[in-house]
Amino acid sequence: MHVAPLIAHGAPDAIVAFRNGSPIRAGRFIADIAQLSARLPTTGHVLNACHDRYSFAVGLAACISSNRVSLLPSTHTPEAIRQLGSFAPDAICLTDDPACDIDLPQFQFPPGAVPDAEAWPAPAVALDRLVAYIFTSGSTGVPVPHAKTWGRLVRCVQIEAARLRLLATASCVIVATVPAQHMYGFESTVLLPLQSGNALCAGRPFYPADIASALAAAPAPRMLVSTPVHLRTLLAANIDLPPIELILSATASLDESLARKVEERYAVPLLEIYGSTETGQIASRRTTQTAEWLLWPDVSVSVRDGQTWVEGGHVESATPMGDVLEITGADRFLLRGRVADLVNIAGKRSSLAYLDHQLTSIPGVIDGAFFLREGAPATEIGITRLGALVVAPNLDVKAITSCLRERLDPAFLPRPLLLVPEIRRNATGKLPLHVLQSLLPDP
Amino acid sequence: MQPAASPVTRDLEREIADLMVQALNLTVASADIDPAAPLYREGLGLDSIDILEIALVVSKRYGVEIKADSENNHQIFSSLTALADFIAERRTK
Repeated sequence: MHVAPLIAHGAPDAIVAFRNGSPIRAGRFIADIAQLSARLPTTGHVLNACHDRYSFAVGLAACISSNRVSLLPSTHTPEAIRQLGSFAPDAICLTDDPACDIDLPQFQFPPGAVPDAEAWPAPAVALDRLVAYIFTSGSTGVPVPHAKTWGRLVRCVQIEAARLRLLATASCVIVATVPAQHMYGFESTVLLPLQSGNALCAGRPFYPADIASALAAAPAPRMLVSTPVHLRTLLAANIDLPPIELILSATASLDESLARKVEERYAVPLLEIYGSTETGQIASRRTTQTAEWLLWPDVSVSVRDGQTWVEGGHVESATPMGDVLEITGADRFLLRGRVADLVNIAGKRSSLAYLDHQLTSIPGVIDGAFFLREGAPATEIGITRLGALVVAPNLDVKAITSCLRERLDPAFLPRPLLLVPEIRRNATGKLPLHVLQSLLPDP
Repeated sequence: MQPAASPVTRDLEREIADLMVQALNLTVASADIDPAAPLYREGLGLDSIDILEIALVVSKRYGVEIKADSENNHQIFSSLTALADFIAERRTK
């Protein structure tokens, strides 16, 4: 087999999506794809910024079927967009937001009035077709593209569908609080429903009450794809949800007690997914039953020279991981924290080296260091922010923050940002803890 | 020019500013928060995670549920005064 169809739905009247509680059928989806691919400007690269998940899926599928590559940067800051422009000078931005401020040639979705059409069958796509570059922030200031081919993406989410037993209960509706543009949402809220014959939900509910209404608007059986941040918020708001068959969580690992509270409060199994932008998802666990992660079949983990590597299966090439993995069996492992330099804030990952680089590249900043303080107070939904020390005699906190806002995802903006006369590092260039403590106000 | 806030709203503003500083571990003193400045980005510099935390605090303390389709969600967080007005109109506790 050298091709795989765009969607697994077997007939034009199968439901691929729900928008505001109304179904969108496969035949309509295929027609929307054909119309958009015919109207997209001549270009090889499309930044798909559509907020609406159905529009995103149409944009993605239109690009795939017309041989265009989708670009999914890790953040949409002005600096990230400039760098994307130098990576792919022909890039355009596909957006469904008339007020979109992304500085690329824009193409509005939907493209004018779209007649109520139907088309069938779904096109087949060559397995080796390059369909997307998904970016990580990298450690040197330049975003790193990760090439994703159709066959490997499909293989990965088909294994996920089997792991979640979704193939057996076709026509599950997948409601999600995560964006389609990041790897987890790309796989579990767009490709997973399309490749397992289930339905995605177009909206992206944010507040607890919105999540409850989005679930209530979808017919059963329902699945919720979310994150520790949103699950903690749901519990803290003590909000009721309609019956759900399954909750999926990723971006940061859940502790067992939170997983248990979610399972008990909503009478639902909670599965966690482990993966990275580089590898896609590679393992899952039922957190209330085991701390061990069960690998996707054919994917293997090994440790060489103190570094954990993942390879095989859908993983494009042997990939070093940002987490410390303890191998406990041929097909399983335990997570033992992040590699020293890496941070995870509200489910978003970066490295201190990258953040420091962004900080010190601001004109007028002589030295700077981000830090994560052990024992710093967390908020009710469990967030602890980074801080930063900055040496910049001619700048104030406001000016520096404003420059950082151009370069960094807001999750990484430092709290506090402290101006200091100098940063005394030790011989290895590290910031000793006692130096840090002496500069900081008491928490 | 916005109409001057009533004394009641101004007390509520102060109370909400205290709640925000506490809930978000902000390093700014609540008295230094400009009631007319946006809470998002430039201004107080909050992000979407903060907005989620504020919604949680507001629902617990005042019984006001914020939803994305609450009339003009963006307007609610356009300033401390706007947030205080929104809560003052709907509070149940």
